[in-house]
Amino acid sequence: MRDFINIKMPNGSEKPLPLVSVDKVGVTERANFFTTRSIKKDSKLWALYTAISMVDLTTLEGADTDDRVRQMCAKAIHPVSPYLFQEMCRQSGAAVEPIPSVAAVCVYPNRVKTAVAALKGTGIQVASVATGFPAGQVALDIKLQDVKQAVEAGASEIDMVIDRGAFHSGRYQDVFDEIVAIKTACGDAHLKVILETGELGSLEKVRFASDLAIQAGADFIKTSTGKIPSAASLPVTLVMLQAISDHYQATGRKVGMKPAGGIRTAKQAIHYLCMVSEVLGAEWMNPQMFRFGASVLLNDLLRQVYKQITGRYYYTKAFSLD
Amino acid sequence: MKTETAKQGRETMTKKSTGKNLDLSKEFHQHYAPSLESREIVKIAERYELFIGGRWVKPQTKEYFPTLNPATGEVLSQLARAGAADVDLAVKTARQAYTKVWSKTSGRDRSRYLFRIARLIQERSRELAVLETIDNGKPIKETRDVDLPLVAAHFFYNAGWADKLEYAFPGKKVAPLGVAAQVIPWNFPLLMAAWKIAPALATGNTVVLKAAETTSLTALALAEICAQAGLPDGVVNIITGAGETGAALVNHPDVNKVAFTGSTEVGKIIARAIAPTKKRLTLELGGKSAHMIFADAAIDQAVEGIINGIYFNQGHVCCAGSRLLVEESVADEVVRKLKKRMESIRVGNPLDKNTDIGAINSQGELEKIKKLVAIGKQEEGEFFEPASGTLPSKGYFHKPCFFNRVASSSTLNRVEIFGPVLTITTFRTPEEAISKANDTPYGLAAGIWSEKGSKIHQVASALKAGVVWANTYNKFDPTSPFGGYNESGFGREGGRHGLFPYLEVK
Amino acid sequence: MSGLNGSQLAVPKTIKMYIDGAFVRSESGRSYPVYVKGTKQLYANLCRGSRKDVRAAVTAAQEAQPGWSGRSAYNRGQILYRMAEMTESKRSEFVELMTETMGTTKAAAASSVTRAIDALVYFAGFADKYHQVLGSENPVSSPHYNFTCSEPVGVVGLLGGDTVDFDVWVGQLAAIICSGNTVVALMPELESALLAPLSEVLATSDLPKGVVNLLSGELDELRAVVASHMEIQSLCYMGDDSKVWSELKVLGAENMKRVVAPGRETMGLESISGFLEFKTVWHPIGT
Repeated sequence: MRDFINIKMPNGSEKPLPLVSVDKVGVTERANFFTTRSIKKDSKLWALYTAISMVDLTTLEGADTDDRVRQMCAKAIHPVSPYLFQEMCRQSGAAVEPIPSVAAVCVYPNRVKTAVAALKGTGIQVASVATGFPAGQVALDIKLQDVKQAVEAGASEIDMVIDRGAFHSGRYQDVFDEIVAIKTACGDAHLKVILETGELGSLEKVRFASDLAIQAGADFIKTSTGKIPSAASLPVTLVMLQAISDHYQATGRKVGMKPAGGIRTAKQAIHYLCMVSEVLGAEWMNPQMFRFGASVLLNDLLRQVYKQITGRYYYTKAFSLD
Repeated sequence: MKTETAKQGRETMTKKSTGKNLDLSKEFHQHYAPSLESREIVKIAERYELFIGGRWVKPQTKEYFPTLNPATGEVLSQLARAGAADVDLAVKTARQAYTKVWSKTSGRDRSRYLFRIARLIQERSRELAVLETIDNGKPIKETRDVDLPLVAAHFFYNAGWADKLEYAFPGKKVAPLGVAAQVIPWNFPLLMAAWKIAPALATGNTVVLKAAETTSLTALALAEICAQAGLPDGVVNIITGAGETGAALVNHPDVNKVAFTGSTEVGKIIARAIAPTKKRLTLELGGKSAHMIFADAAIDQAVEGIINGIYFNQGHVCCAGSRLLVEESVADEVVRKLKKRMESIRVGNPLDKNTDIGAINSQGELEKIKKLVAIGKQEEGEFFEPASGTLPSKGYFHKPCFFNRVASSSTLNRVEIFGPVLTITTFRTPEEAISKANDTPYGLAAGIWSEKGSKIHQVASALKAGVVWANTYNKFDPTSPFGGYNESGFGREGGRHGLFPYLEVK
Repeated sequence: MSGLNGSQLAVPKTIKMYIDGAFVRSESGRSYPVYVKGTKQLYANLCRGSRKDVRAAVTAAQEAQPGWSGRSAYNRGQILYRMAEMTESKRSEFVELMTETMGTTKAAAASSVTRAIDALVYFAGFADKYHQVLGSENPVSSPHYNFTCSEPVGVVGLLGGDTVDFDVWVGQLAAIICSGNTVVALMPELESALLAPLSEVLATSDLPKGVVNLLSGELDELRAVVASHMEIQSLCYMGDDSKVWSELKVLGAENMKRVVAPGRETMGLESISGFLEFKTVWHPIGT
């Protein structure tokens, strides 16, 4: 028999949430399967472009300044100089679309205003980590205040991190209620719920945390803060995708997915895309439903685009750092 | 074909992609651009002779038969048909090699030869994988990631036993049997050759192996490798031909041991034919293995297990989990997820690295599968096959499919289909699952999915099957004994237990 | 037993067969006489088992098998030891029967019974050990726990030749049942007279009914019935007639019976291992 945890929903009703079993070896095997996909030619170029459009460029440093944020926004709009790109295409005789902009930039609440101004009219989203990022170990009213400030400053996406302490001690209702409260504070802004899977300890907990976050109204679920060494992996992402898939099947609501941290190469990114495509399908193959929280990734994607177009390998310095 | 490949290669280099103009977003994975493994590494001769006594010997029948690429129907080569006289020569040669050389070769030296063969297989692994794919029709992904690594591993594993047999049977004296006659099937051609030859040589026997008539090329490549490894002439002899050749081999009066992998029907014929003799016999035969999903299973992984259980190698697997038994309370969920998962399976050119299901091995097999599917459609049960994907126009292909809500008594629940066809039946209690699982004359394998350890052990021990996969399926390893109960045959291959059929233990 | 010699009351008894824990006559009602060896002196009548008796015995063995193999190995060992004790307590009866009906010398009979008891004790002590010798934990290269354990093959047909020694026969029987198999045994002709005390041993040793079923009758006729019975998984042939051996293998092939011809030396692991299946179980290792 399956076990359930009863969760009190915002409308006062009780909902039994199943504790879904997950077999780590099986998940890992399935996840590794996607690394054997061999994506070439048109498929590869399409995947590279799509991946670029899914990147969330992030700066979350104590040393962030407005200027640093503005520079990152410029890179977000044009990951590579459109002029230089056109020249390269012309020289290779290739007729390809311009490189797309990335999906979003992600900054601390204090820097939201700067980013909003820099990205005005581009369609690029401004995301902000609120809720006492990254530890999440502050009182709820402070988290809510954090969120409100970011939303008021113009953030259209909020990245929150769940209370792992509460989760590990079995206070699932507290975790749930907090997400619900923050979701309310978000208003129209999209809520990405970071599970910080590297601290959850097992794939079963990743699955249950995913289910909790989805039930609590998360628009996206996200693996990691990027502030601890253990970040996104294919197996962890697969478990989260399956939670999304089950929820979609049950309710018709589509929840987005964002693996963050640890994805550094185009090859890795393509494995993720294969997985999303084969597990969730075409409806998730866009920046509205899938993001990469991986700033370093962007330049490798560009490098591979160049390689596809020119047939030559490019070195890192072909592209600006940020 | 070679020139085509080269041309394709150039196209890859120069093709001007249109980038984002492409709308692959519809179903990205259904439109992965072809990623073909190059055939150039493989050289197939126009004709092959018999490998006897370390040399290529023309058949005394003077007859040759074609071998095809099942994915295209093209003739790959002509193989010699060994007749009774050729079989006799092969057995005599093996006997001589046994008496004069191999029985006097130390365990240490036998071990060295096997290690060398293992190394050479690793060295030529990519070539052999491509060759196997071309000859058999199974996807390159499987030959590359499953067959070939296991082939090398089997030689490595058994190599190490050759000089340690006294530890395998402590307190006993062991001796080789002599000449082993081995007949192998077409579903894992090189792997089955390895399963047969490696333990036979490690234990000090010499071998005459008959490859399956539709898939002999990798066995002939293995013959070449044996020669390359410096294995003394006549220790391994590889002959080609159909059923008659196999019959002549197992019935030859001078073989001491018969090892056969194939159908139960033929297994019984062999058992009867050699009944009056003192020949030792091991048989690895058919199956209709039950795959049980309990309600407390990790369902998503179980669905992967189901896929791997029945659609691995086009379902041409003797231990395929072909009878799915699902606890009724989760049956709808499992079936729904299975259907969704099947939509992402890619059937097509076996040489494409993204192909999940390749070609059915022969026209005959394809017709047999189609006939059984037609019978299934007449009987009760809901038929399902994925809507996605189109089958190649040439070659022998079959979509993965299943019949849901099939009665235990139905034809498809009883007979071995040996193709990508699954039946689904529900159960309510573990007792019912066990009794349904055991409700077959076969007893090769079974699968159990449950997160409850005590239940797994209880069910596993109640199953009449030689291999039980709990929370996994279709896993193989040279250290792991494999073989069936009841009409799935007898004897074990692999592990310490796999040595016994090739030894006299006193 | 002296009353048997020409007593006026001598209505020779029919020695019953032992099927499903009961002492039964053949359903056919047929019987045949046994004479004291080398004489025309009627010793007793034996049941001439029929096809239907074999079927009843196989059904009993089949039904008893899961329960018997489900017993703990320790418990099976205890029951075998009990069989040894009961044989010991009937020693004089066995010896007397052997000397009077089989023409065995008293000394030879005594030593045969001793060896039979030894074999029972030997296998009583093997019941909970052979697993450890024959099983293995296999170091597969994937993240799986993998072990191979032995299991009883199921129902075994124990077929005597004409001249099997009593102790060899009892030893092989003990080896077969110590691992949880159940048995349908055709008593060798000469030893059939021993059916009576042997059945009593089985009936009084806490051995569950159906684990051992003893039949007497025309061996040639019954052997084929046993060998072709589809619910029997293995045949143990104690004779050395190569024609019979071949016939058993041909008939047994229909359901892939494991046909085994054990050696004369029963006291060894091989007497057990010939009647086992090996099962390999895989399970992932992960958290």
